[in-house]
Amino acid sequence: MATVTMPQLGESVTEGTIIAWLKQPGDPVALDDSLCEIETEKVTAELPSQFEGTMGEILVPQGETVEVGMALCTVLEGAPGAAPSPNGHAKAAAPGAWSGGPMAIPPDEEAPAPAVTVATAPAPARAAATPVAGVTRKPDNRERFYSPVVMRLAQEHALDLSTLHGSGIGGRVTRKDVEAAIAQPPAARTTTDRTAGAPTVALPAQQRSAGAYVAVPLSATRRTIAENLKRSNLEAPQAWTMVEADVTPLVNLRAQEKDRFLKQEGVELTLLPYFTAAVCETLREFPMLNARWEGDELRHYQALDIGIAVASEHGLVVPVVHNAGDLSIAGLAKRIADLAQRAHARKLRIEDIEGGTFTVNNTGSFGSIASKPIVNYPQVAIVTMERVVKRPVARDDDAIAVRSMMNVCLSFDHRAMDGLEAGGFLAALKRRLEAIA
Amino acid sequence: MTTMTVIEAVRSTLDEEMARDDRIFIIGEDVEAGGVFRATDGLHAKYNDRVIDSPLAESSIIGISIGAAHYGLRPVAEIQFADFIHSGFDQLCSEASRWCYRTNGDAYLPMVVRTPWGGGVHGGQHHSQSIEAYYAHMPGIKVVAPAFPADFRSLLKASIADPNPVLFLEHKRIYRLIKQEMEGAPAETQLSRARVTRKGTDLTIFAYGFMLHESLNAAETLSGEGVDCMVVDLLTLNPLDKETVLESAKATGKVLIVHEDTLTGGLGGEISAIIAEEAFEYLDAPIKRLAAPDVPPMPYHHAMEDFFMPNREKIAAAARALAAY
Repeated sequence: MATVTMPQLGESVTEGTIIAWLKQPGDPVALDDSLCEIETEKVTAELPSQFEGTMGEILVPQGETVEVGMALCTVLEGAPGAAPSPNGHAKAAAPGAWSGGPMAIPPDEEAPAPAVTVATAPAPARAAATPVAGVTRKPDNRERFYSPVVMRLAQEHALDLSTLHGSGIGGRVTRKDVEAAIAQPPAARTTTDRTAGAPTVALPAQQRSAGAYVAVPLSATRRTIAENLKRSNLEAPQAWTMVEADVTPLVNLRAQEKDRFLKQEGVELTLLPYFTAAVCETLREFPMLNARWEGDELRHYQALDIGIAVASEHGLVVPVVHNAGDLSIAGLAKRIADLAQRAHARKLRIEDIEGGTFTVNNTGSFGSIASKPIVNYPQVAIVTMERVVKRPVARDDDAIAVRSMMNVCLSFDHRAMDGLEAGGFLAALKRRLEAIA
Repeated sequence: MTTMTVIEAVRSTLDEEMARDDRIFIIGEDVEAGGVFRATDGLHAKYNDRVIDSPLAESSIIGISIGAAHYGLRPVAEIQFADFIHSGFDQLCSEASRWCYRTNGDAYLPMVVRTPWGGGVHGGQHHSQSIEAYYAHMPGIKVVAPAFPADFRSLLKASIADPNPVLFLEHKRIYRLIKQEMEGAPAETQLSRARVTRKGTDLTIFAYGFMLHESLNAAETLSGEGVDCMVVDLLTLNPLDKETVLESAKATGKVLIVHEDTLTGGLGGEISAIIAEEAFEYLDAPIKRLAAPDVPPMPYHHAMEDFFMPNREKIAAAARALAAY
């Protein structure tokens, strides 16, 4: 019998939700048959079976969220449909009939043993080699599962549960752990930051109660973003530089084209496809910016897989326009609109978010005129397109003219390149943006 | 200082009650000769025609009791084995349970049906059943299942005094197994009261009948391992003492319900639901049930009977896992 576990659907995804079971116990299962549909904070995907045989037991009910590595279901291996389907009446319960359930602990075992499970994560070529940001993946990890009584006591006593060491199964924080923490004077609550390993101490009570506040529970997406950005900032020495581009011709071009474009192509024409096309052309000239770290190895890529930062209500996502260099303005516009729309709807697939080699962030849409982006690790550079503003500008012939001006900011991993390349890239990008007409 | 077994507690109580109130009579199979378990030993000689042998027809034992209760008597019927009570199901559930309701509270039906239940005595398919869940489902019938001799005495008195039908369950395994010094022994004197038999802080075990003793034994074992179990004797299964159930569940946040009845539709489900509904914010672990497997008969072979029934080892293992959660 094979056990199917929650795959890692995307870089730094730590958990997934079963949206629907597509196979039921007793159903024949062929290789690559979809077993279930899984939703993560980044993508929605069907899980293909790596086993052939008969669907065994469903271990995680529909709608439930579990961590990567947790057992989802079993497949009885053999010819599809060969094994008899489990029959509720014929199947006698174990001695003493310890009732099951998603959190069941068999009475004779101290903790579920995860070691024998077979992971079925689809392995995208690049992502597979990437070590994932400092998250320890233990299938029986219950450090972040809080029981109702634990949640209630923590709220009543304004206690930060993430600072407690859990004595329960899988590191779970128990009622007794919370009661012990409450019994201690606040200043004595020595706590452990599990991610950094550095001990921190909670604030004394008088400082804490100085103002009313709301403790915000972090969503999985928020934690992922935090972890990635922290890693980028800790590992990559990042330098920042900015140029100013006169995009008056581009703005005029867009104004001319947009109605025809919408009628013809069916999507709004924004400046972003032009920016992306200019970035692609410039990256061909400076391939050292189109790169990723794979462990200690720095790889320059030929394909231009451009990540486009999308600020959705569910948090930041960076869907990737693959082979963006091969697309026309219309092609880019449609692809970006499609990705953005699916990012908002949480309908991105794994391939939509993986393997980016460079990131474009359209911060101008927030009204920003300068920003310092953080490199989207393991990539090595990120560019922001700031707000286009009309300003009086002194021209080369000393005339003063009102022009549409835009700042372009670049953050780069200084390990991967020096200011010469980064500056060259930005200057070339500026030239291209100004030349679009 | 008097030490009593369960069977002595039952017999002495019947004797005292019959002496006190001559409306009380006993009807059942072989009760004149003292009954299979000797619960009525000597009572026929003392009370003559107030101890009546019945035909082997449980429906008539219960039917006659209902009729007699209508006429102002106080029947205490004995069903020889709980396994046989079902042919009187209609009389109990369709008639006796509803009398007070049918008459809008104008009339009552004071009757007690005593019966030995449960396994662990190699009684096989027809002498080992747990029947409590069928009748505890029925509003209008109180179901009582004590574990200690002092409770048998006080709750049998309370059952006889109750103006409505009471099913009084006597676990046959503990008839002679459990002895208690009666002087100063705690005894529950009211129906629908559960009792915290053992205090504890790590988890709460709910049980009744023979399983209460097995649970206490498991708790003793676990205390040597540093696991502190609260054990609650439910005593009355219908209506349940919700207040004590909730209080003791809240106290530890971890609940293990033990019964030798089969799992599905057993009382464990009802207790679990009460706690989940009304004590959700106090829970620190999934509510666990330890019960017999969903298999129709209690096996006869002793090894299979051990497999089928929960016992102190299985309870200790389940409690250990729950404590570690």
